[in-house]
Amino acid sequence: MATTLSPPRILPSGDAAITVEFSRNIDDTANQRVLALDRVLADEQVAGVTETVPTYRSLLVHYDPVVIDFDALGAKLVDMAQRPVPPVTKTRRWRIPVSYGGEHGIDLEDVARTLTTTPDDIVARHVAGDYRVAMIGFTPGWSYLSGLEKFLHMPRRQNPRLLTPAGTVSVGGVQTGIQCLAGPSGWHLLGRTPVRTYQLHRNPTFLLEPGDCITFFAIDAKAFAEQDRAAEAGEIIAELIAS
Amino acid sequence: MSKLVISAIGPASSVQDGGRPGAQRYGLTPSGAMDRLALAAANVLVGNAPFAAAIEIGPFGAAFTARDGAVRVALAGAPRSADAAGRAATFDTSMTLADGETLTLGFARGGAFSYLAIEGGIAGEPMFGSLAVNARAGLGSPYPRPLQAGDELQAKAASGAAERRIELPPALDGPIRVVMGPQDDEFDDDAKARFLASEWKVSATSDRMGYRLEGPVIKDLHGHNIVSDGTVDGSIQVPGNGAPIVLMRDRGTSGGYPKIATVISADIGRFAQIPAGKAFRIRAVGMQEAQAEARRFAGLLQSLPDRVGGIDNFDLNIEALRDANVAGSAVSAVDIGTWQTPSADALAQD
Repeated sequence: MATTLSPPRILPSGDAAITVEFSRNIDDTANQRVLALDRVLADEQVAGVTETVPTYRSLLVHYDPVVIDFDALGAKLVDMAQRPVPPVTKTRRWRIPVSYGGEHGIDLEDVARTLTTTPDDIVARHVAGDYRVAMIGFTPGWSYLSGLEKFLHMPRRQNPRLLTPAGTVSVGGVQTGIQCLAGPSGWHLLGRTPVRTYQLHRNPTFLLEPGDCITFFAIDAKAFAEQDRAAEAGEIIAELIAS
Repeated sequence: MSKLVISAIGPASSVQDGGRPGAQRYGLTPSGAMDRLALAAANVLVGNAPFAAAIEIGPFGAAFTARDGAVRVALAGAPRSADAAGRAATFDTSMTLADGETLTLGFARGGAFSYLAIEGGIAGEPMFGSLAVNARAGLGSPYPRPLQAGDELQAKAASGAAERRIELPPALDGPIRVVMGPQDDEFDDDAKARFLASEWKVSATSDRMGYRLEGPVIKDLHGHNIVSDGTVDGSIQVPGNGAPIVLMRDRGTSGGYPKIATVISADIGRFAQIPAGKAFRIRAVGMQEAQAEARRFAGLLQSLPDRVGGIDNFDLNIEALRDANVAGSAVSAVDIGTWQTPSADALAQD
């Protein structure tokens, strides 16, 4: 089989992990290749590989150097990464409710002003987007989504906030995202979702997988309060649409 | 069932074990003991699996009291003064606290983290296979947060087994070894040379997420963040202010700062034990050397149960020798005397 794909860069992340880098930028094609290599590794179970972490542009492969060394694993990963990207057979698609603006999205009006439009237009554009979970990282359940329309791209805040609420849906740079736990953020807060992407005593604990498709729909603050209570009790609020 | 009551404890002390790898793709960091060798040494002394949960004690003092029965424990890691109900307690040695007895520990000396393992391990509800505390994610058992005075850990009643001692190889000294990358190409030769040639100190603002380094400013070439990618224990990321941060067990699973180098896995525990303010140096090694060290370290961890033996306790030996003498053996009381010359103070007290 002819290899038509360029080889990724094999970068050492210490002696027990390899960063397989497909691009230095946020790049949809690179992310597809990351997710494809991740699937190949899940299917083929290379001895010594302990865990993989997909990101926008690279796949971090954790391994046990007692079982396999850097050169051997690196060569294997280059080979696997150059196989044609297999078609995705099943994609999960989620509809996720968001209460936009007001106390739930304190930056919505500022974002509208900066982009010289109305808050309603920002919401309409954000719910019209077709997003994909490019990576989950930093803290449990923090889901970084690709597919934000160019109009909504905005530089991050000069001064990151030290504490933003759980469930925050925000935009930063070319990305939008769902933050599960309260924590620091330099992004612009558009709204909040009652959906828990991570909830300890629920099955599944982690709702989303890298590669899942996401659309948002607007709910009002009253619906948010009701759904937030249900979600707290362990109910999965997000709607899973069969693909 | 006995229990160990935390009578007093400083910050940065929590239940830790081998951690919970496997969910980093969901943003869940593995956590686990900062110094795995010390954790494992404490555990094998009381017959536990090497990476069973134990108490990780931060740089400040602590006190633990046995209740409802005796509790057998062992201390390893950063040395500090240790007093068990008036008896001097030794590191790398198991001991039994009788019901009501308190083990009192001072500040860490020449290190940061000590480990107190409890015979039978710590009773708790594992989450993703681990009791390790990750306070941000609300994980950890029996308490999903650092330990506080008044906390109680259920323990099995002490077995009454003979106390044991572990012989560890001398602690490595010398520079902390790193493998360059994955983003060392974001730094010019000057910055890399300065990184490797300078003396560094661990900042007092460090924690289980990351150790901030104090030293020269290391500027990256492009002066802006990279697109977030995955991190490992020991990733050395350099934010815009030029002050490197070494990511530790409670790190974020991804990060957007360029990573100039990575501490080798065999040196992370040793690095974690560098106290705030103490100077150290960094040395780059090749991948072959780093992986040879990883294998050597894995071999050391595996050898720990074989390094446990009976206690060579002076008092016990003297007893044995006296008994032997009484029984008419060749060892004389004079010989015993030369083993243990009483100090002038002790004589004065007599």
